[in-house]
Amino acid sequence: MASNKDSFGKTLFVVIGLCLICSIFVSTAAVLLKPTQEQNKLLDRQKYILEAANLIDLKDGSITKQQILALYKKHVKAQVITLKTGEIDANVNGDLFDEKKAARDPATSFVPEHDIAQVKRVAKDAVIYEVFDDAGQLKTVILPIKGYGLWSTMYAFLALEPDLNTIQNLVYYDFSGSGETPGLGGEVQNPKWKALWVGKKLFDAQGQLEIKVTKNPAVAQTQYGVDALSGATLTSNGVQYSLDFWLGNEGFGPFIDRVREGGRI
Amino acid sequence: MATSKELKQVLTGPVFSNNPIALQILGVCSALAVTSKMETALVMTIALTVVTAFSNLFISIIRNHIPSSVRIIVQMTIIASLVIVVDQVLQAYAYDVAKQLSVFVGLIITNCIVMGRAEAYAMKTPPLMSFMDGIGNGLGYGMVLLSVAFVRELFGNGSLFGVEILNKISEGGWYQPNGLLLLPPSAFFLIGMLIWVIRIYKPEQVEAKG
Repeated sequence: MASNKDSFGKTLFVVIGLCLICSIFVSTAAVLLKPTQEQNKLLDRQKYILEAANLIDLKDGSITKQQILALYKKHVKAQVITLKTGEIDANVNGDLFDEKKAARDPATSFVPEHDIAQVKRVAKDAVIYEVFDDAGQLKTVILPIKGYGLWSTMYAFLALEPDLNTIQNLVYYDFSGSGETPGLGGEVQNPKWKALWVGKKLFDAQGQLEIKVTKNPAVAQTQYGVDALSGATLTSNGVQYSLDFWLGNEGFGPFIDRVREGGRI
Repeated sequence: MATSKELKQVLTGPVFSNNPIALQILGVCSALAVTSKMETALVMTIALTVVTAFSNLFISIIRNHIPSSVRIIVQMTIIASLVIVVDQVLQAYAYDVAKQLSVFVGLIITNCIVMGRAEAYAMKTPPLMSFMDGIGNGLGYGMVLLSVAFVRELFGNGSLFGVEILNKISEGGWYQPNGLLLLPPSAFFLIGMLIWVIRIYKPEQVEAKG
């Protein structure tokens, strides 16, 4: 028996057979579960968009999948804009635009010159979310931003008033890898810290980016200042750099300039 | 055939008297990483228990056909397939937790407990006993994970399973959280102390002095 099972033919047979069975098993699971996973991802994103727009409160655990889908459909419109010009590209459906895929393809992406947020490659187009109230009035514009913190790339939705200057919300919804340190950098998701952003202004009257995540209490009191997270300097810096990058010339800067000069959102 | 007494011994032995983390010091790496919250520790425990139990079962079923020259690779293939499936299931049905665990579920593949049990036990034991051994070792791992996570979340963040227990100063309460407990090294101290306590009650686990 022992010599038989160690023979060359038997070894090959067992290895090939096992690989076949395992690969069938794994691929079946992956294919069968794929639709549910995709749905989860989409739902998760929509959930945080609604939270950024103050349409739902995530602490209330009773919100169902159907409610999220219905609210999103009713209030939110995803628009694709070209970062460089800030123009809206009405031909592309924002809900179907795959930003991660676009960022991987050199034809549809670019490497920023001043990559302060360590984003590496950025898609030339970006999706913004417009949120309308029940009367159909534009209430909120949500810009997706990302940037490197201490351990991970942090993804957030920055919700602004239609003037694109007053902050309504800053919601961190995803982290690459294992995320920021819970209790320190992870506090970017703390409701108390998120509340500090509400009503703050991004730009001064001359259109200069002024928003600062700061340790200086005098600055944090102003309308351009937000108190940094204690014990999480690098995560706080990451938040600052993300804002600097995405509101700057290589991010949503041209779009914001265009709207400030009276352009249509 | 195994008696029920043997089965029970195989199932409960690894929890205290032969704990994979506390006695064999296996699988410590993930025990540091996922124990800052009870929720992630619990899901990790379940994931590891499922993987260990089923990898033991399948390896035991084909143990008489595994060529010894490639046995480690065969074991790895089975373990890796199971881990991928567990990861896919988590992403489909527990998306929030899967997001937090991220890479650590994938790293179950390299968890020494799974490999250790496959090589040391399942390769020479019938399927039922191997399956129980896998569950037992998963529970032993979970026991340590959950006790460490209990201390870390309660004193590091003032909460358990995300529900606030100690009212933190930053939330207007009285408790000043211990930041060290939220960082991975604190799990080293806690596991060390846990081993110490277990060995006070079970002096036979203390290694003989060289």
